[in-house]
Amino acid sequence: MSAQFVQAILLGGYYSLLAAGLAFMFSVMRLINLAHGSVVVLAAYLVWALSPEIGFMAAAAAAMVLCFALGGVVQVTILSRATGGGEALLPLLATFGLAVVLDNAMFSVLGADTRSLAPFVGDLSWASFELPGGIFVGRIAVYTLIAAIMVIGATELMLRRTALGHRIRAVSLDRSTAGLLGVDAARTAAIAAGIAFAMAALAGIAMGLRGAWSPYAGSAQLLFAFEAVVIGGIGSLWRVLAGGIVLALAQAIGALIHPQGFLIGGHLAFLLAVLVRARGLAVWAKLRGARG
Amino acid sequence: MSAAPIRISRGGRASRGVLIGGVIAAFAIASLPWWLGIGAADRAVALLVYLLLAVSWNALAGYAGLVSIGQTAFFGLSAYAVIRLADAGVDPYLALAIVTTLVTALAWPLSRIMLSLSGGEFAIGMWVVSALAHLMVNLDPLIQGETGTSLIALNAYAFDARAATTLIVGVIATFGYLALLVAVLRRPTGAAISAIGDDEIAARSVGVDVLRAKRIVFVLAAAGAAAAGALWLASATTFQPRAYFGVHWTAYMIFMVLVGGLGRIEGAVIGAIVFFTIETLFGATGAWYLVGLGVTAIGFALLLPRGIWGALGPRIGADLIPTGFRVLDIDKTKKRGGT
Repeated sequence: MSAQFVQAILLGGYYSLLAAGLAFMFSVMRLINLAHGSVVVLAAYLVWALSPEIGFMAAAAAAMVLCFALGGVVQVTILSRATGGGEALLPLLATFGLAVVLDNAMFSVLGADTRSLAPFVGDLSWASFELPGGIFVGRIAVYTLIAAIMVIGATELMLRRTALGHRIRAVSLDRSTAGLLGVDAARTAAIAAGIAFAMAALAGIAMGLRGAWSPYAGSAQLLFAFEAVVIGGIGSLWRVLAGGIVLALAQAIGALIHPQGFLIGGHLAFLLAVLVRARGLAVWAKLRGARG
Repeated sequence: MSAAPIRISRGGRASRGVLIGGVIAAFAIASLPWWLGIGAADRAVALLVYLLLAVSWNALAGYAGLVSIGQTAFFGLSAYAVIRLADAGVDPYLALAIVTTLVTALAWPLSRIMLSLSGGEFAIGMWVVSALAHLMVNLDPLIQGETGTSLIALNAYAFDARAATTLIVGVIATFGYLALLVAVLRRPTGAAISAIGDDEIAARSVGVDVLRAKRIVFVLAAAGAAAAGALWLASATTFQPRAYFGVHWTAYMIFMVLVGGLGRIEGAVIGAIVFFTIETLFGATGAWYLVGLGVTAIGFALLLPRGIWGALGPRIGADLIPTGFRVLDIDKTKKRGGT
C-alpha cells in the first residue's frame, strides 16, 4: 500500500512536469494550448531520431532548443495573428488544428509503432533506489519528480526575479500598456511561448524514458496535464505539483477499485475538482454579496 | 417633426425562398434512393449527420462562444444507448428517438458542472467528459471493450426498407432540428444567446441571464450531437467505441464550421456541404487527409476567420436564415459608417 502511495507521488511528478508548460502558457498568455500534448510527443520523437547520431544528452538539449524555436514560430505565425482578429475563439481552434496536423503527420511519417528512449540511456532505464521499508523506486521516476520541482522553481524565480520575467508578466497583465512602456510585446510573447514549448519538450523526454509511446499519445498527455492544472487550481505554478500528485493518487485509487479504473479515477477527480471550484465560486459570490 | 416609425425586418423574400428551398431540399434528400438507387441512402445519411454536427457545434461555439472538444460524448453515448435499448428489445427506430431525448436530458445536469468553466478550460473539460464516457462504455460487457458490437436488431428490417427508413428518419431529425434551432434563436432567448456570443460581459451588464442562455444552447447542441450519433449508428450498424468517441469527429466539426463561417447557421450548412463534397471526392484517406483538414482549418482561422459565408454573405446582402433583426429604413437610406 505504501509502495503504491510512493509510486503515485512519483507519477504525480511526471504529471506536474507535463502540466508545467500548459499552466505557464495559461497563466501568462491566457491561452490553453491544445497542441501541448502533441508537442510533448514530437519532442520525444526528436530525441529518438537524434540520439543515435549525437548521443542522448545532446539530442535532449537539441529537442528542447528546437521546441523553443517552434513555440516562438507558432506564437508569431498562428497565435498572435489569430488573437489579432478580435475573435476570442480562434487561437483555441488554431491550436486544436495544430494538434490534429502534428498527430497525424507523425503517424503518417513514422508509422504506428511504439517507441521508447530507454535504449539510449543504458541501465538507467531499469536502475532503482531502495527506500527504507524495502520500497524500490525507479531512478527515472525520481529524476522526473526532481526535474518537475526544478522546472517549476526556476520558472517561478524567473517570473519574479528576472527582467524577462517582469516583461512577461507585464505583457500578460496588459499588453498595450506594456508596449507603451517600451516592452516589445510580440517578442516577449514569442519567448514565453518558446519557454512553454521547451517545458513540453522536457516532459516529452520524461515520457520517452518512462515507457513506450505512439504517435497519438499526445491527447492523453494533454488531458493529464490539463487535469493536473485544474485539480491544482489557478495561481502559483507550485499548485501544479499538488494537482499532479492528487491526479496520480486518484488514478491509483481507481485502479484499486477496478482493473480498468485507472483513467476513470483521474477523470472523476477532475470533475470533482470542477464541481468543488464551482461551489467555491458560488459561496464566495454569496459572501461578497452579503458583505457589499 | 415626429420620427417615422422604424420598420424592422425579420426576413424577406430571400429568407422565404430559403424556407421553401429547405422544404424542397428535405424532400429531395428523402427521395434520393428513388433517383440514384438505394446505395445513395447511406451517403445522404452521412450528409445529414454532418449537417447536424456542424449546425449544433456552431450553435455552441458561434452563438454562445463555447468551444467544445467533447461533443463526441453525446455522439458516442447516444449510439451506445441505441445498442443497449435495442438489445433490450426496443425497436431500433423508436430507440433513436428515446435515446436522443435521454442524452439531451443528461446534458442539463452536466451543463451545471461544465459551464463553470470557460474558454480553453471548457474546451478540454468537455474532452475529459468524452474520454470518461468512452471508458465507461468500454466497461460494458455487451460492447466488449474496443471490439464493439453491431445493431443486430436492424436485421429485422429488409436491407432496402432499412436504408430508406433510416434516411427518412434522418431527414425528419435534421430538418426538425434546424427548424427548432431557428425558432429558438428568433425568440428573445435567441437574442440573449447571440448577445453572449458577441460580448459576454456586455450581455450580462444589460441584464441577460448568461448562465441560463448558455445552458439552453449547451442542451440544444447536445441534442444535435446525440441525434447525429444515433443516426450514424443506424446507418453504419456497427458500434466500435473508438469510431464514435474519436477526436477526429471534433476535427470534422471544427473544420466544417471554420470553413463555412463561424456564428451563422448558413455558414455551418455550407461547411457541412463542403466537407461532404471533399469526403466524397477524396474518400477518407486516413492520416494525411486529417492533416489536410487541419491545415485548411488553421488557414481559415488565420486568413478568413468568418469563413465562406462571412465572405459571401455581405455581398449577397441577404439574411438567408434570419435569426436577428434588421432595421429596414437604415438599409434604404445610405449607410454613413457605423450602424
